[in-house]
Amino acid sequence: MTQSVAVTRSTNASRIAGILALIAIVILVAGPYWAGRADMRLMGEIFLYLALASLWNLLAGYAGLVSVGQQAFVGFGGYMLFALTIFGGLHPLLAIAGAGVLGAAISVPVASLIFRLRGAYFAIGTWVMAEVFRLSFAQVSALGGGSGTSLPTTIVRSLADGRAAREALSYWLALSAALLVLAAVYLLLRSRHGLALTAIRDNELAASSLGIDIWRTKFLVYVVVSGLTAIIGALIFLQKLRISPEAAFSVNDWTAFVIFIVVIGGIGTLEGPIIGTLVFFLLRETLADLGTVYLIVLGFVAIVIMLKAPKGIWGFIVDRYDLQLFPLGYRVQRKD
Amino acid sequence: MEWINAIVQGTLLGGLYALFAAGLSLIFGVMRLVNIAHGDLIVLAAYLGLTTTIALGVHPLVALVLVLPVMAGLGYVLQRGVLNRTLGQDILPPLLVTFGLSVIIQNALLEAYTADPQKMDAGLLETASIGVGPLALGVLPLLTFAIAIIVIAGLQYIFYRTALGRAFRATSDNQEVAQLMGLNKAHVFGLAMALALAVTAIAGVLLGIRTSFDPAVGGARLIFGFEAVIIGGLGNLWGTLVGGILLGVSQTLGAAISPGWQLLAGHITFLVILAVRPNGLFPRISG
Repeated sequence: MTQSVAVTRSTNASRIAGILALIAIVILVAGPYWAGRADMRLMGEIFLYLALASLWNLLAGYAGLVSVGQQAFVGFGGYMLFALTIFGGLHPLLAIAGAGVLGAAISVPVASLIFRLRGAYFAIGTWVMAEVFRLSFAQVSALGGGSGTSLPTTIVRSLADGRAAREALSYWLALSAALLVLAAVYLLLRSRHGLALTAIRDNELAASSLGIDIWRTKFLVYVVVSGLTAIIGALIFLQKLRISPEAAFSVNDWTAFVIFIVVIGGIGTLEGPIIGTLVFFLLRETLADLGTVYLIVLGFVAIVIMLKAPKGIWGFIVDRYDLQLFPLGYRVQRKD
Repeated sequence: MEWINAIVQGTLLGGLYALFAAGLSLIFGVMRLVNIAHGDLIVLAAYLGLTTTIALGVHPLVALVLVLPVMAGLGYVLQRGVLNRTLGQDILPPLLVTFGLSVIIQNALLEAYTADPQKMDAGLLETASIGVGPLALGVLPLLTFAIAIIVIAGLQYIFYRTALGRAFRATSDNQEVAQLMGLNKAHVFGLAMALALAVTAIAGVLLGIRTSFDPAVGGARLIFGFEAVIIGGLGNLWGTLVGGILLGVSQTLGAAISPGWQLLAGHITFLVILAVRPNGLFPRISG
């Protein structure tokens, strides 16, 4: 007697999570109507960190490209926003999209150089690249050189009329960027390329013997992640309205925090960066007064998690409750 | 003349970079570990030197008598207590753990010493110079360069002429077989890290005499050391010295063109070498 089975991607948990996520998105979209100004700023920041964390997770957790130089593209995106609006006369929204395209374009020569370094040396190579970007932008006197520059008020005003409207727009932009990144990562992982990536992550040798072009797959991920990171960078500095080489290419702000978020939440899962971002901001809002001690604590937490529970908080939950909120894998179930 | 001077000064500066790089090269050679906290450990050594000179009122070079064993001990404990657990097929744990370590050291130094730049007082040594023809060579850079050569020659001797070096090379070649031959892998790795941090102690103290430093400068030291390693070729200690010299000369030549070009010129040299000779100039092992 043959047994009838069904192959499904979604589970009850993922369906419920999907519905809850939709409700949450509706509530968040209405944010400007119920949240105060300070809360909106904080939420905007949370969305952008969530996006950065999801992108770094795709790079390190899925493609095995551990970069400690993503600040190169955050800063590049920020500077492109300023350059395209000030010198190109572009509308800020167009400039953000332009920053993404240029970020992806500049990542092609960058990748062709640093992909020659392997493993851990790749990581430091990305850092060198970020330093090259920082020092180069510090040489551009039209953008304020080493001391930086502010976004002219006429450009800020062109975004929307009145401060409240601008703040709402900036909030919605951050929210849509986070959703765009999550959707992009999710769809990429569900696609043929995602399957190839997972195969490479699990066993590079086996993957290449199945005909997967490892270099090309990683290259594609690197370029997509760079472009999207540049868009997030442009949005970050649209919120700040001021840019300087130190702030734009800060390894602490745009890489260290992001790595901690992903490691704490759970690297190599889609849910991890979401959990990690929430934990990170919860810790920050409660411990921020401690200053440097807070960073020391974060460092210890990351080390302990890496040693004791390398799959992070979400990995722990998955092992225990077999949950998956984003339907990525396949499940075989008996029909009776 | 200005150019020749820049090249000579850059060569001497390269000695310091080779010292930054030697520890990095050593631990990569023995256990394939890349220590992101390496630069912060150099800065930690500089601060330990500073505290020793102030507390005991001794010359910074004398302070090394204390700083060197402390750093070596720290290296052994760090390796056996934390880093040994991260080693394996997966490159993520060692990278992220040493990255966390880097953030901890940096902020602990910030907490203990504030962000104000500090400098060690080495008296006459800082300003003394020897005239060679029209050039004035600083005694400190000359001493640094000589120490770099002695350290690298010493490491080379340990690696290829002693039982400890045989243990390093055996474990590096094949960990399982080395264990079967009665070597304790964890202990050998601990000794390698101790040796690497002893070199780091020398580099840190010389750095602290040469320039002012603050808790945030570790990242740049890591990058200089890393560039020297890659330019010279992985696993080749003398190559690392050549890498350091090339980097130092690029930086001083860049600075002679315009101060803003100093660091950029060094990075560009590194990227050019990476483009034309991805394995460095004299590679011994593949990454």
